[in-house]
Amino acid sequence: MSDWHTSTLTQLAAGLRARKFSSVELVRAYLDRIDASQAALNAFISVTREQALADAAQADRALAAGAGGALTGVPIAHKDIFCTQGVRTTCGSRMLDNFVSPYDATVVAKLKGAGAIMLGKTNMDEFAMGSSSETSYYGPVRNPWNPQLVPGGSSGGSAAAVAARLVPAATATDTGGSIRQPAALCGITGLKPTYGRVSRYGMIAFASSLDQGGVLTASAADAALMLREMAGFDANDSTSVDTPVPDYVAALEQPLAGLKVGLLREFFDKGLDAQNEQRVREALKLYEQLGARLTEVSLPNLPLSVPVYYVVAPAECSSNLARFDGVRFGYRCENPRDLLDLYRRSRGEGFGAEVKRRIMTGTYVLSAGYYDAYYLKAQRVRQLINADFTRAFGSVDVLMGPTTPTPAFAIGAKTSDPITMYLNDIYTIGANLAGLPAVSIPCGFVQDLPVGLQIVGPHFSEARVLNAAHAFQRASDWHTRVPQGYA
Amino acid sequence: MALTREQIASIAALARLDLSSAEIPVYQDSLSRILDFVGALDRADTTDVAPMSHPLPGLSQRLRPDVVTEQDRHEQYQANAPQVAAGLYLVPKVIE
Repeated sequence: MSDWHTSTLTQLAAGLRARKFSSVELVRAYLDRIDASQAALNAFISVTREQALADAAQADRALAAGAGGALTGVPIAHKDIFCTQGVRTTCGSRMLDNFVSPYDATVVAKLKGAGAIMLGKTNMDEFAMGSSSETSYYGPVRNPWNPQLVPGGSSGGSAAAVAARLVPAATATDTGGSIRQPAALCGITGLKPTYGRVSRYGMIAFASSLDQGGVLTASAADAALMLREMAGFDANDSTSVDTPVPDYVAALEQPLAGLKVGLLREFFDKGLDAQNEQRVREALKLYEQLGARLTEVSLPNLPLSVPVYYVVAPAECSSNLARFDGVRFGYRCENPRDLLDLYRRSRGEGFGAEVKRRIMTGTYVLSAGYYDAYYLKAQRVRQLINADFTRAFGSVDVLMGPTTPTPAFAIGAKTSDPITMYLNDIYTIGANLAGLPAVSIPCGFVQDLPVGLQIVGPHFSEARVLNAAHAFQRASDWHTRVPQGYA
Repeated sequence: MALTREQIASIAALARLDLSSAEIPVYQDSLSRILDFVGALDRADTTDVAPMSHPLPGLSQRLRPDVVTEQDRHEQYQANAPQVAAGLYLVPKVIE
């Protein structure tokens, strides 16, 4: 069978359970696709072929004994920010080039427990700091729709891998848009759950009040299947929320009629590319035809979300990344003169330019004399933005708008000006600041490049958001498009 | 807001980052521009607005019984250390 890669995760899991094909066959086919694309896309940092084939053989034995879980034998990949026991975990950084994790992240353990087979670790912006996957120590990831363009970031490796059908699903993380923005730029489905829904244990920390693990898939139904296994309370994460995990798959088929959709006025601003906007407006028209009621809503403080983010996220990053000291694990410089020299050169040589920029920005806004003016001020404006969302959800069920201002841009186009790069996340950061679940789904093309529609819901409304995304995907086929050369 | 070379050097020292002389002007330029950009926050009236440090406001820190839950795995952890001896992490001499 040669069309596995155009099947959905849901179909593959069912096919394995029905013993239509074996996990070993499936895993080998996907591993071959990864190998064949690596030179062109650079989507992976590590490929764990031997372990994957051994795990697949074990999955086949479990399936033969009728003992499979929801994902038994299904191949997936993990963003290289998730710790994987016995497997190198780099976070895209020279700092962790030689780091072999002594434990599994909770997300990794849960997916392993559900029977999923890890094929490898995907490339990403260093420490998830970037919107283009260009800051990786292992070189840039390329967009499968056009290798001259970025796949978005920071989860660009996971997004490129799913878009090119190198894996049916991959884990990812989203601090300011790092799941949704690459999903939009690569033409796939990306889900960032509510803050606290998915455990952050073993997910290398960037900005702890914003970071949230999620998933990239070819469809909303596949995202529901993955989230059902990934979500849940974890005592090892002090911000994990102890609330039941609904059956996201069962909720997919609920009727859409009467859904109150708020169109975010601030998202249709002057920065939005006209053709991008056209595709989003067409998608909204389809929602109207499906029975949704559209109204315009305004979140007046939302335009300040990028400035808030570039105070709060660097502040938290400067604190989180203080652990990389060249002493206990990670990179150490050659011949340190003394302890201070060891710290300074290990960090100066181990971190890349963007990571250093953010550590220094964070150090500055937290330093004596500037804390009130920058950090505390940003936290107060964050409160205003959060209140805007709360008010909006008093009158609508979900908010919709574009995921990004433009389709994918050229590699190198925005690396010289950090502000230009940061503004790519203008429509995604709000959901992180308020901790809201959000999904990006493909809604059309501009000059052969995919465009994303974003759906944001209130806290813990993943079932609703996925249900809305699924209804759209039942009525359209944008999510089934595969880039040329990977079909 | 333009940061000076000295300010960049001082921030780098606080952050324990060794910067080359070529890196300093690069960060001088980009950090100055970032601070100008986030200066937009001054436009917002935040009188009587409480700072928000956590996206789920109702949540408080969980406590657990004060019992040992971790196992001794220091050999595994030290397998990732740059330099160890006799179960200890080695660093350059701190006290003469």
